[in-house]
Amino acid sequence: MCTTYSVTWYDTTTWYDSEEIREVDFLRPSSMAEALAAKAERPDAVPIAGGTDVMVELNFDRTRPDALLDLTGIAELAEWSDTGDGGIRLGAGVSYTRIITELGQRLPGLAMASRTVGSPQIRNRGTVGGNLGAASPAGDTHPVLLATGASVELASTRGLRTVPAEEFYVGVKRSVLAPDELITAVLLPGTTAPQQFSKIGTRNAMVIAVCSFAIALHPEQAATGNSTVGTGIGSAGPTPLRATEAERFLTAELANADQWTSPRALDDSVRRRFGDLVAAAASPIDDVRGSAAYRRHALAVLARRTLGWAWWDYCLERTSRCA
Amino acid sequence: MRLNLTVNGEPRQADDVWEGESLLFLLRERLGLPGSKNACEQGECGSCTVYLDGTPVCSCLVAAGQAEGRAVRTVEGLAEEGDLDRVQRAFLEAGAVQCGFCTPGLIVAAHDLLARVPDPSDGEIREALAGNLCRCTGYEAILDAVRTAARR
Ligand SMILES: Cc1cc2nc3c(=O)[nH]c(=O)nc-3n(C[C@H](O)[C@H](O)[C@H](O)COP(=O)(O)OP(=O)(O)OC[C@H]3O[C@@H](n4cnc5c(N)ncnc54)[C@H](O)[C@@H]3O)c2cc1C
Ligand code: FES
Ligand code: FES
Repeated sequence: MCTTYSVTWYDTTTWYDSEEIREVDFLRPSSMAEALAAKAERPDAVPIAGGTDVMVELNFDRTRPDALLDLTGIAELAEWSDTGDGGIRLGAGVSYTRIITELGQRLPGLAMASRTVGSPQIRNRGTVGGNLGAASPAGDTHPVLLATGASVELASTRGLRTVPAEEFYVGVKRSVLAPDELITAVLLPGTTAPQQFSKIGTRNAMVIAVCSFAIALHPEQAATGNSTVGTGIGSAGPTPLRATEAERFLTAELANADQWTSPRALDDSVRRRFGDLVAAAASPIDDVRGSAAYRRHALAVLARRTLGWAWWDYCLERTSRCA
Repeated sequence: MRLNLTVNGEPRQADDVWEGESLLFLLRERLGLPGSKNACEQGECGSCTVYLDGTPVCSCLVAAGQAEGRAVRTVEGLAEEGDLDRVQRAFLEAGAVQCGFCTPGLIVAAHDLLARVPDPSDGEIREALAGNLCRCTGYEAILDAVRTAARR
Protein backbone atom coordinates (compact mmCIF):
# COMPACT_ATOMS: atom_id res chain seq x y z
CA MET A 1 0.00 0.00 0.00
CA CYS A 2 1.18 3.43 -0.83
CA THR A 3 -0.14 5.60 1.95
CA THR A 4 -0.63 9.31 1.47
CA TYR A 5 -0.96 11.59 4.43
CA SER A 6 -2.10 15.13 4.09
CA VAL A 7 -0.42 17.25 6.66
CA THR A 8 0.28 20.77 7.58
CA TRP A 9 3.31 22.55 6.25
CA TYR A 10 4.52 25.27 8.55
CA ASP A 11 6.86 28.02 7.61
CA THR A 12 9.93 26.50 9.23
CA THR A 13 11.70 29.75 9.91
CA THR A 14 8.98 30.78 12.33
CA TRP A 15 7.04 27.63 12.50
CA TYR A 16 6.71 27.40 16.25
CA ASP A 17 4.26 30.28 16.26
CA SER A 18 3.37 30.78 12.62
CA GLU A 19 -0.12 30.19 11.39
CA GLU A 20 1.13 29.89 7.82
CA ILE A 21 0.27 26.39 6.74
CA ARG A 22 0.94 24.36 3.67
CA GLU A 23 -0.15 20.93 2.59
CA VAL A 24 2.51 18.33 1.99
CA ASP A 25 2.05 14.70 1.13
CA PHE A 26 4.28 12.02 2.49
CA LEU A 27 4.33 9.09 0.09
CA ARG A 28 5.61 5.84 1.46
CA PRO A 29 5.67 3.16 -1.23
CA SER A 30 6.74 -0.33 -0.19
CA SER A 31 7.68 -1.61 -3.64
CA MET A 32 9.36 -0.22 -6.75
CA ALA A 33 6.13 -0.58 -8.75
CA GLU A 34 4.27 1.54 -6.20
CA ALA A 35 7.06 4.09 -6.14
CA LEU A 36 7.04 4.46 -9.93
CA ALA A 37 3.27 4.78 -10.00
CA ALA A 38 3.49 7.45 -7.30
CA LYS A 39 6.22 9.34 -9.18
CA ALA A 40 4.22 9.18 -12.43
CA GLU A 41 1.22 10.64 -10.67
CA ARG A 42 3.23 13.17 -8.66
CA PRO A 43 6.33 14.12 -10.67
CA ASP A 44 6.75 17.04 -8.23
CA ALA A 45 7.35 14.65 -5.31
CA VAL A 46 10.91 14.88 -3.99
CA PRO A 47 12.45 11.44 -3.44
CA ILE A 48 14.14 10.99 -0.10
CA ALA A 49 16.55 8.11 0.52
CA GLY A 50 19.24 8.64 3.18
CA GLY A 51 18.06 12.23 3.51
CA THR A 52 21.60 13.55 3.93
CA ASP A 53 21.06 16.09 1.16
CA VAL A 54 17.27 16.46 1.27
CA MET A 55 16.97 17.03 5.02
CA VAL A 56 19.57 19.80 5.01
CA GLU A 57 17.47 21.56 2.38
CA LEU A 58 14.32 21.07 4.45
CA ASN A 59 15.87 22.03 7.79
CA PHE A 60 17.13 25.28 6.32
CA ASP A 61 13.94 25.93 4.43
CA ARG A 62 15.65 25.98 1.07
CA THR A 63 13.12 23.57 -0.45
CA ARG A 64 9.43 23.33 0.20
CA PRO A 65 8.24 20.33 -1.74
CA ASP A 66 4.53 19.61 -2.02
CA ALA A 67 5.29 15.94 -1.56
CA LEU A 68 8.06 13.75 -0.25
CA LEU A 69 8.56 10.24 -1.65
CA ASP A 70 10.27 8.08 0.96
CA LEU A 71 12.32 5.35 -0.72
CA THR A 72 13.58 3.64 2.44
CA GLY A 73 10.64 1.23 2.61
CA ILE A 74 11.55 -0.36 -0.74
CA ALA A 75 13.59 -3.46 0.03
CA GLU A 76 14.78 -4.03 -3.55
CA LEU A 77 16.48 -0.61 -3.69
CA ALA A 78 18.70 -1.62 -0.77
CA GLU A 79 20.01 -4.80 -2.43
CA TRP A 80 22.97 -5.54 -4.66
CA SER A 81 23.46 -8.55 -6.90
CA ASP A 82 25.80 -10.14 -9.47
CA THR A 83 25.03 -9.26 -13.05
CA GLY A 84 26.20 -12.66 -14.31
CA ASP A 85 29.15 -11.27 -16.31
CA GLY A 86 31.25 -10.47 -13.25
CA GLY A 87 29.70 -7.05 -12.73
CA ILE A 88 27.56 -5.76 -9.92
CA ARG A 89 24.11 -4.23 -9.93
CA LEU A 90 24.13 -1.92 -6.96
CA GLY A 91 20.68 -0.86 -5.75
CA ALA A 92 20.37 2.92 -5.54
CA GLY A 93 19.57 2.69 -1.82
CA VAL A 94 22.59 0.69 -0.60
CA SER A 95 24.41 2.79 2.01
CA TYR A 96 28.08 3.77 1.76
CA THR A 97 28.80 1.74 4.89
CA ARG A 98 27.47 -1.39 3.21
CA ILE A 99 29.44 -0.70 0.03
CA ILE A 100 32.59 -0.51 2.15
CA THR A 101 31.92 -3.63 4.23
CA GLU A 102 30.20 -5.84 1.66
CA LEU A 103 31.80 -4.75 -1.63
CA GLY A 104 35.19 -3.38 -0.62
CA GLN A 105 37.04 -6.08 -2.55
CA ARG A 106 34.85 -6.19 -5.63
CA LEU A 107 34.34 -2.46 -6.11
CA PRO A 108 37.64 -1.08 -4.82
CA GLY A 109 37.34 2.37 -6.38
CA LEU A 110 33.78 2.95 -5.23
CA ALA A 111 34.64 1.68 -1.75
CA MET A 112 37.60 4.10 -1.56
CA ALA A 113 35.38 7.01 -2.51
CA SER A 114 32.72 5.82 -0.05
CA ARG A 115 35.24 5.82 2.80
CA THR A 116 35.87 9.52 2.21
CA VAL A 117 32.20 10.52 2.37
CA GLY A 118 31.23 12.60 5.41
CA SER A 119 31.41 10.67 8.66
CA PRO A 120 30.28 7.25 9.90
CA GLN A 121 26.78 8.61 10.55
CA ILE A 122 26.56 10.07 7.03
CA ARG A 123 27.92 6.87 5.45
CA ASN A 124 25.34 4.84 7.37
CA ARG A 125 22.54 6.76 5.63
CA GLY A 126 23.93 8.21 2.40
CA THR A 127 23.51 6.31 -0.87
CA VAL A 128 24.91 6.35 -4.40
CA GLY A 129 21.36 6.91 -5.66
CA GLY A 130 21.24 10.07 -3.56
CA ASN A 131 24.66 11.19 -4.78
CA LEU A 132 23.43 10.78 -8.37
CA GLY A 133 20.07 12.39 -7.59
CA ALA A 134 21.85 15.44 -6.19
CA ALA A 135 24.30 15.38 -9.15
CA SER A 136 26.63 17.80 -7.42
CA PRO A 137 29.90 18.15 -9.35
CA ALA A 138 31.59 17.56 -5.97
CA GLY A 139 29.84 14.23 -5.27
CA ASP A 140 32.49 11.66 -4.48
CA THR A 141 31.07 8.69 -6.33
CA HIS A 142 30.91 10.40 -9.72
CA PRO A 143 34.62 10.25 -10.65
CA VAL A 144 34.64 6.53 -9.85
CA LEU A 145 31.49 5.86 -11.87
CA LEU A 146 33.12 7.63 -14.84
CA ALA A 147 36.48 5.89 -14.49
CA THR A 148 35.02 2.42 -14.12
CA GLY A 149 32.61 2.78 -17.03
CA ALA A 150 29.51 2.38 -14.85
CA SER A 151 25.94 2.95 -16.01
CA VAL A 152 22.92 4.32 -14.22
CA GLU A 153 19.62 2.46 -14.38
CA LEU A 154 16.56 4.72 -14.51
CA ALA A 155 12.98 3.55 -14.27
CA SER A 156 9.52 5.01 -14.75
CA THR A 157 6.11 3.60 -15.58
CA ARG A 158 7.20 4.19 -19.20
CA GLY A 159 9.98 1.62 -18.83
CA LEU A 160 13.60 1.08 -17.91
CA ARG A 161 16.65 2.71 -19.47
CA THR A 162 20.35 2.45 -18.82
CA VAL A 163 22.50 5.55 -19.22
CA PRO A 164 26.30 5.51 -19.20
CA ALA A 165 27.53 7.62 -16.26
CA GLU A 166 29.23 9.91 -18.75
CA GLU A 167 25.87 10.88 -20.25
CA PHE A 168 24.05 11.15 -16.93
CA TYR A 169 25.38 14.54 -15.81
CA VAL A 170 24.31 17.52 -17.88
CA GLY A 171 25.05 20.57 -15.74
CA VAL A 172 25.62 21.84 -12.21
CA LYS A 173 23.31 19.66 -10.09
CA ARG A 174 21.46 18.60 -13.24
CA SER A 175 21.14 15.18 -14.82
CA VAL A 176 19.11 13.38 -17.48
CA LEU A 177 16.76 12.04 -14.77
CA ALA A 178 13.20 12.85 -15.94
CA PRO A 179 10.59 14.14 -13.46
CA ASP A 180 8.69 10.85 -13.53
CA GLU A 181 11.81 8.70 -13.18
CA LEU A 182 13.64 7.17 -10.24
CA ILE A 183 17.20 5.91 -10.09
CA THR A 184 16.95 2.20 -9.41
CA ALA A 185 20.55 0.99 -9.60
CA VAL A 186 24.09 1.52 -10.75
CA LEU A 187 25.70 -1.12 -12.95
CA LEU A 188 29.41 -1.53 -12.35
CA PRO A 189 31.63 -3.75 -14.49
CA GLY A 190 33.54 -6.43 -12.61
CA THR A 191 37.28 -6.03 -12.27
CA THR A 192 40.33 -7.50 -10.68
CA ALA A 193 42.49 -4.61 -11.88
CA PRO A 194 43.58 -1.76 -9.62
CA GLN A 195 41.43 1.34 -9.09
CA GLN A 196 42.22 4.46 -7.08
CA PHE A 197 40.36 7.47 -5.78
CA SER A 198 41.80 10.50 -4.08
CA LYS A 199 40.32 13.75 -2.88
CA ILE A 200 41.57 17.07 -1.59
CA GLY A 201 39.96 18.64 1.46
CA THR A 202 40.83 20.48 4.62
CA ARG A 203 40.31 17.44 6.84
CA ASN A 204 40.29 13.69 6.41
CA ALA A 205 36.62 13.54 7.37
CA MET A 206 33.53 15.54 6.63
CA VAL A 207 34.78 17.53 3.68
CA ILE A 208 33.28 18.39 0.36
CA ALA A 209 36.00 17.78 -2.19
CA VAL A 210 38.03 20.78 -3.29
CA CYS A 211 38.76 18.47 -6.19
CA SER A 212 38.95 14.72 -6.61
CA PHE A 213 40.19 12.17 -9.09
CA ALA A 214 39.57 8.50 -9.85
CA ILE A 215 41.48 6.12 -12.08
CA ALA A 216 40.63 2.59 -13.15
CA LEU A 217 42.89 0.30 -15.14
CA HIS A 218 41.22 -1.91 -17.73
CA PRO A 219 43.88 -4.44 -18.81
CA GLU A 220 41.17 -6.65 -20.28
CA GLN A 221 40.75 -3.99 -22.99
CA ALA A 222 44.38 -4.23 -24.12
CA ALA A 223 43.55 -6.72 -26.86
CA THR A 224 40.56 -4.77 -28.15
CA GLY A 225 42.25 -1.44 -28.83
CA ASN A 226 39.78 0.29 -26.50
CA SER A 227 40.96 2.61 -23.76
CA THR A 228 42.79 0.68 -21.06
CA VAL A 229 42.58 3.57 -18.63
CA GLY A 230 39.44 5.18 -17.20
CA THR A 231 39.44 8.56 -15.47
CA GLY A 232 37.05 10.78 -13.58
CA ILE A 233 37.49 14.32 -12.28
CA GLY A 234 35.34 15.70 -9.48
CA SER A 235 34.64 19.22 -8.28
CA ALA A 236 36.54 20.91 -11.07
CA GLY A 237 33.87 21.69 -13.64
CA PRO A 238 30.12 22.13 -13.95
CA THR A 239 29.76 18.35 -14.08
CA PRO A 240 32.06 15.46 -13.19
CA LEU A 241 34.38 15.00 -16.17
CA ARG A 242 36.44 12.38 -17.94
CA ALA A 243 39.98 13.28 -18.96
CA THR A 244 39.77 11.74 -22.43
CA GLU A 245 43.09 13.09 -23.73
CA ALA A 246 44.89 11.73 -20.68
CA GLU A 247 43.24 8.34 -21.18
CA ARG A 248 44.30 8.28 -24.86
CA PHE A 249 47.86 9.28 -24.04
CA LEU A 250 48.29 6.64 -21.35
CA THR A 251 46.57 3.91 -23.36
CA ALA A 252 49.05 4.51 -26.19
CA GLU A 253 52.07 4.69 -23.85
CA LEU A 254 51.18 1.43 -22.16
CA ALA A 255 50.49 -0.36 -25.46
CA ASN A 256 53.68 0.85 -27.18
CA ALA A 257 55.91 -0.26 -24.36
CA ASP A 258 54.09 -3.60 -24.03
CA GLN A 259 53.46 -2.71 -20.42
CA TRP A 260 50.37 -4.85 -19.93
CA THR A 261 52.11 -8.18 -20.44
CA SER A 262 55.43 -7.27 -18.84
CA PRO A 263 54.75 -4.35 -16.55
CA ARG A 264 57.62 -2.14 -15.41
CA ALA A 265 57.78 1.06 -13.42
CA LEU A 266 56.44 4.04 -15.34
CA ASP A 267 58.74 6.84 -16.35
CA ASP A 268 58.32 9.94 -14.27
CA SER A 269 57.79 11.86 -17.51
CA VAL A 270 54.79 9.64 -18.35
CA ARG A 271 53.18 10.19 -14.96
CA ARG A 272 53.75 13.93 -15.20
CA ARG A 273 52.36 14.19 -18.71
CA PHE A 274 49.31 12.22 -17.56
CA GLY A 275 48.85 14.62 -14.64
CA ASP A 276 49.15 17.65 -16.91
CA LEU A 277 46.58 16.26 -19.34
CA VAL A 278 44.15 15.57 -16.49
CA ALA A 279 44.59 19.12 -15.21
CA ALA A 280 43.99 20.43 -18.73
CA ALA A 281 40.74 18.47 -18.99
CA ALA A 282 39.25 20.24 -15.97
CA SER A 283 37.37 23.52 -16.12
CA PRO A 284 37.47 24.65 -12.51
CA ILE A 285 36.23 27.90 -11.02
CA ASP A 286 37.32 30.01 -8.06
CA ASP A 287 35.06 29.48 -5.07
CA VAL A 288 35.18 29.44 -1.28
CA ARG A 289 36.81 26.01 -1.21
CA GLY A 290 39.65 26.78 -3.58
CA SER A 291 40.85 28.74 -6.57
CA ALA A 292 40.74 27.43 -10.11
CA ALA A 293 44.53 27.54 -10.28
CA TYR A 294 44.89 25.52 -7.09
CA ARG A 295 42.38 22.96 -8.32
CA ARG A 296 44.28 22.49 -11.58
CA HIS A 297 47.56 22.13 -9.74
CA ALA A 298 46.09 19.69 -7.21
CA LEU A 299 44.46 17.61 -9.94
CA ALA A 300 47.79 17.16 -11.72
CA VAL A 301 49.26 15.93 -8.44
CA LEU A 302 46.31 13.63 -7.66
CA ALA A 303 46.40 12.14 -11.16
CA ARG A 304 50.14 11.55 -11.06
CA ARG A 305 49.96 9.93 -7.61
CA THR A 306 46.88 7.77 -8.18
CA LEU A 307 48.39 6.52 -11.43
CA GLY A 308 51.58 5.68 -9.53
CA TRP A 309 49.66 3.72 -6.87
CA ALA A 310 47.42 1.91 -9.34
CA TRP A 311 50.32 1.01 -11.59
CA TRP A 312 52.40 -0.17 -8.67
CA ASP A 313 49.53 -2.47 -7.63
CA TYR A 314 49.27 -3.80 -11.17
CA CYS A 315 52.99 -4.51 -11.23
CA LEU A 316 52.84 -6.29 -7.87
CA GLU A 317 49.96 -8.41 -9.06
CA ARG A 318 51.65 -9.30 -12.35
CA THR A 319 55.29 -9.62 -11.53
CA SER A 320 57.89 -9.01 -8.89
CA ARG A 321 60.22 -7.40 -11.42
CA CYS A 322 58.70 -3.96 -11.05
CA ALA A 323 60.96 -1.67 -9.08
CA MET B 1 0.19 12.67 10.61
CA ARG B 2 0.27 10.01 13.26
CA LEU B 3 3.50 8.10 13.76
CA ASN B 4 4.14 4.81 15.52
CA LEU B 5 7.65 3.78 16.39
CA THR B 6 9.62 2.09 19.12
CA VAL B 7 11.79 4.38 21.22
CA ASN B 8 14.19 2.91 23.76
CA GLY B 9 12.24 -0.33 23.72
CA GLU B 10 8.83 1.28 24.29
CA PRO B 11 6.14 1.65 21.63
CA ARG B 12 5.46 5.34 21.16
CA GLN B 13 2.89 7.29 19.22
CA ALA B 14 2.96 10.89 18.09
CA ASP B 15 0.15 12.90 16.52
CA ASP B 16 0.12 15.94 14.27
CA VAL B 17 3.65 15.27 13.13
CA TRP B 18 4.71 17.46 10.24
CA GLU B 19 6.51 15.25 7.68
CA GLY B 20 9.14 17.81 6.88
CA GLU B 21 10.33 17.72 10.46
CA SER B 22 13.28 15.65 11.52
CA LEU B 23 13.45 12.65 13.81
CA LEU B 24 15.50 14.89 16.11
CA PHE B 25 12.61 17.34 16.40
CA LEU B 26 10.17 14.51 16.97
CA LEU B 27 12.29 13.08 19.78
CA ARG B 28 12.97 16.36 21.53
CA GLU B 29 9.79 18.33 21.06
CA ARG B 30 7.09 15.69 20.80
CA LEU B 31 8.38 12.69 22.72
CA GLY B 32 10.07 14.57 25.55
CA LEU B 33 13.54 13.14 24.96
CA PRO B 34 15.90 16.13 24.92
CA GLY B 35 19.06 14.04 25.33
CA SER B 36 19.89 14.22 21.64
CA LYS B 37 21.07 17.74 20.90
CA ASN B 38 20.46 20.08 18.01
CA ALA B 39 23.61 22.01 17.21
CA CYS B 40 23.75 22.30 13.43
CA GLU B 41 20.78 20.57 11.81
CA GLN B 42 22.98 19.66 8.86
CA GLY B 43 24.76 16.46 9.77
CA GLU B 44 28.06 18.16 10.57
CA CYS B 45 28.30 17.91 14.35
CA GLY B 46 26.90 14.52 15.39
CA SER B 47 25.27 15.90 18.56
CA CYS B 48 21.96 14.39 17.47
CA THR B 49 23.32 10.86 16.92
CA VAL B 50 20.86 8.07 17.74
CA TYR B 51 20.53 4.44 16.76
CA LEU B 52 17.95 3.85 14.03
CA ASP B 53 17.29 0.12 13.73
CA GLY B 54 20.66 -0.43 15.41
CA THR B 55 22.66 1.91 13.15
CA PRO B 56 24.00 5.27 14.37
CA VAL B 57 22.61 8.14 12.31
CA CYS B 58 22.23 11.89 12.58
CA SER B 59 18.61 12.18 13.69
CA CYS B 60 18.49 15.70 12.22
CA LEU B 61 18.83 14.13 8.76
CA VAL B 62 16.11 11.52 9.14
CA ALA B 63 12.61 12.68 8.20
CA ALA B 64 10.26 11.90 11.07
CA GLY B 65 8.04 9.97 8.65
CA GLN B 66 10.97 7.70 7.79
CA ALA B 67 11.01 6.46 11.39
CA GLU B 68 7.49 5.00 11.13
CA GLY B 69 7.61 1.41 12.35
CA ARG B 70 11.32 1.61 13.15
CA ALA B 71 13.22 1.23 16.39
CA VAL B 72 15.09 4.23 17.77
CA ARG B 73 17.52 4.15 20.67
CA THR B 74 18.65 7.44 22.11
CA VAL B 75 21.26 8.31 24.73
CA GLU B 76 18.44 8.09 27.30
CA GLY B 77 18.06 4.42 26.42
CA LEU B 78 21.65 3.34 27.07
CA ALA B 79 21.46 3.11 30.87
CA GLU B 80 19.94 -0.16 31.96
CA GLU B 81 17.82 -0.26 35.11
CA GLY B 82 19.31 2.96 36.32
CA ASP B 83 22.91 1.84 35.85
CA LEU B 84 24.84 4.03 33.50
CA ASP B 85 26.37 2.29 30.50
CA ARG B 86 30.18 1.77 30.66
CA VAL B 87 30.71 4.52 28.08
CA GLN B 88 28.66 6.99 30.13
CA ARG B 89 30.58 6.07 33.31
CA ALA B 90 33.91 6.42 31.54
CA PHE B 91 32.96 9.90 30.24
CA LEU B 92 32.18 10.95 33.82
CA GLU B 93 35.37 9.49 35.23
CA ALA B 94 37.64 10.87 32.52
CA GLY B 95 36.09 14.34 32.78
CA ALA B 96 35.31 14.14 29.09
CA VAL B 97 32.47 16.63 29.47
CA GLN B 98 32.65 20.40 29.63
CA CYS B 99 29.54 22.16 28.35
CA GLY B 100 28.13 18.73 27.52
CA PHE B 101 26.45 19.64 24.27
CA CYS B 102 28.44 17.13 22.21
CA THR B 103 28.34 14.43 24.89
CA PRO B 104 25.14 12.50 24.03
CA GLY B 105 26.16 12.13 20.40
CA LEU B 106 29.71 11.12 21.27
CA ILE B 107 28.44 8.56 23.76
CA VAL B 108 26.14 6.93 21.21
CA ALA B 109 28.93 6.92 18.58
CA ALA B 110 31.43 5.44 21.06
CA HIS B 111 28.85 2.92 22.28
CA ASP B 112 28.41 1.72 18.69
CA LEU B 113 32.17 1.54 18.12
CA LEU B 114 32.73 -0.65 21.17
CA ALA B 115 29.85 -2.93 20.18
CA ARG B 116 31.55 -3.51 16.81
CA VAL B 117 35.22 -3.29 17.82
CA PRO B 118 35.83 -4.37 21.43
CA ASP B 119 39.45 -3.23 21.53
CA PRO B 120 39.80 -0.31 19.13
CA SER B 121 43.12 1.30 18.23
CA ASP B 122 43.45 5.07 18.61
CA GLY B 123 43.09 5.35 14.85
CA GLU B 124 39.84 3.43 14.96
CA ILE B 125 38.52 5.60 17.78
CA ARG B 126 39.33 8.80 15.89
CA GLU B 127 37.77 7.43 12.72
CA ALA B 128 34.60 6.37 14.56
CA LEU B 129 34.23 9.77 16.23
CA ALA B 130 35.12 11.82 13.14
CA GLY B 131 31.49 12.88 12.74
CA ASN B 132 31.19 14.29 16.26
CA LEU B 133 32.45 17.79 16.95
CA CYS B 134 33.36 19.11 20.40
CA ARG B 135 34.07 22.82 20.80
CA CYS B 136 35.31 22.57 24.42
CA THR B 137 37.46 19.63 25.39
CA GLY B 138 40.10 19.32 22.71
CA TYR B 139 39.13 15.64 22.46
CA GLU B 140 41.96 14.20 24.60
CA ALA B 141 39.71 13.41 27.57
CA ILE B 142 37.14 11.97 25.18
CA LEU B 143 39.71 9.59 23.73
CA ASP B 144 40.72 8.64 27.29
CA ALA B 145 37.09 7.90 28.12
CA VAL B 146 36.67 5.61 25.13
CA ARG B 147 39.91 3.77 25.93
CA THR B 148 38.74 3.37 29.54
CA ALA B 149 35.32 2.08 28.48
CA ALA B 150 36.97 -0.42 26.13
CA ARG B 151 38.98 -1.89 29.01
CA ARG B 152 35.82 -2.63 31.05
C1 LIG C 1 27.64 16.37 6.89
C2 LIG C 1 27.58 15.91 5.47
C3 LIG C 1 28.73 15.50 4.83
C4 LIG C 1 28.69 15.07 3.50
N1 LIG C 1 29.86 14.67 2.92
C5 LIG C 1 29.83 14.26 1.64
C6 LIG C 1 31.04 13.82 1.02
O1 LIG C 1 32.11 13.79 1.65
N2 LIG C 1 30.97 13.43 -0.28
C7 LIG C 1 29.80 13.44 -0.99
O2 LIG C 1 29.81 13.06 -2.15
N3 LIG C 1 28.66 13.85 -0.42
C8 LIG C 1 28.64 14.26 0.87
N4 LIG C 1 27.48 14.68 1.45
C9 LIG C 1 26.26 14.73 0.64
C10 LIG C 1 25.38 13.47 0.72
O3 LIG C 1 25.66 12.74 1.88
C11 LIG C 1 25.58 12.56 -0.48
O4 LIG C 1 25.28 13.25 -1.67
C12 LIG C 1 24.74 11.30 -0.41
O5 LIG C 1 25.17 10.39 -1.39
C13 LIG C 1 23.25 11.57 -0.58
O6 LIG C 1 22.57 10.33 -0.45
P1 LIG C 1 21.19 10.24 0.32
O7 LIG C 1 20.67 8.86 0.14
O8 LIG C 1 21.31 10.73 1.70
O9 LIG C 1 20.34 11.26 -0.56
P2 LIG C 1 19.01 12.09 -0.25
O10 LIG C 1 19.33 13.28 0.57
O11 LIG C 1 17.92 11.20 0.21
O12 LIG C 1 18.69 12.56 -1.76
C14 LIG C 1 19.61 13.37 -2.49
C15 LIG C 1 18.98 13.77 -3.82
O13 LIG C 1 18.79 12.65 -4.65
C16 LIG C 1 17.42 12.43 -4.91
N5 LIG C 1 17.26 10.98 -4.84
C17 LIG C 1 17.66 10.14 -3.84
N6 LIG C 1 17.46 8.86 -4.19
C18 LIG C 1 16.93 8.88 -5.43
C19 LIG C 1 16.50 7.86 -6.34
N7 LIG C 1 16.61 6.55 -6.04
N8 LIG C 1 15.98 8.23 -7.54
C20 LIG C 1 15.89 9.55 -7.87
N9 LIG C 1 16.30 10.56 -7.06
C21 LIG C 1 16.81 10.22 -5.86
C22 LIG C 1 16.67 13.23 -3.87
O14 LIG C 1 15.40 13.64 -4.32
C23 LIG C 1 17.61 14.39 -3.68
O15 LIG C 1 17.45 15.32 -4.72
C24 LIG C 1 27.48 15.08 2.79
C25 LIG C 1 26.31 15.48 3.43
C26 LIG C 1 26.34 15.89 4.76
C27 LIG C 1 25.09 16.31 5.43
S1 FES D 1 22.43 18.50 14.84
FE1 FES D 1 22.45 16.71 13.67
S2 FES D 1 24.51 16.58 13.12
FE2 FES D 1 24.46 18.49 14.12
S1 FES E 1 31.94 19.57 25.89
FE1 FES E 1 31.23 21.39 24.98
S2 FES E 1 31.07 20.80 22.89
FE2 FES E 1 31.99 19.09 23.77
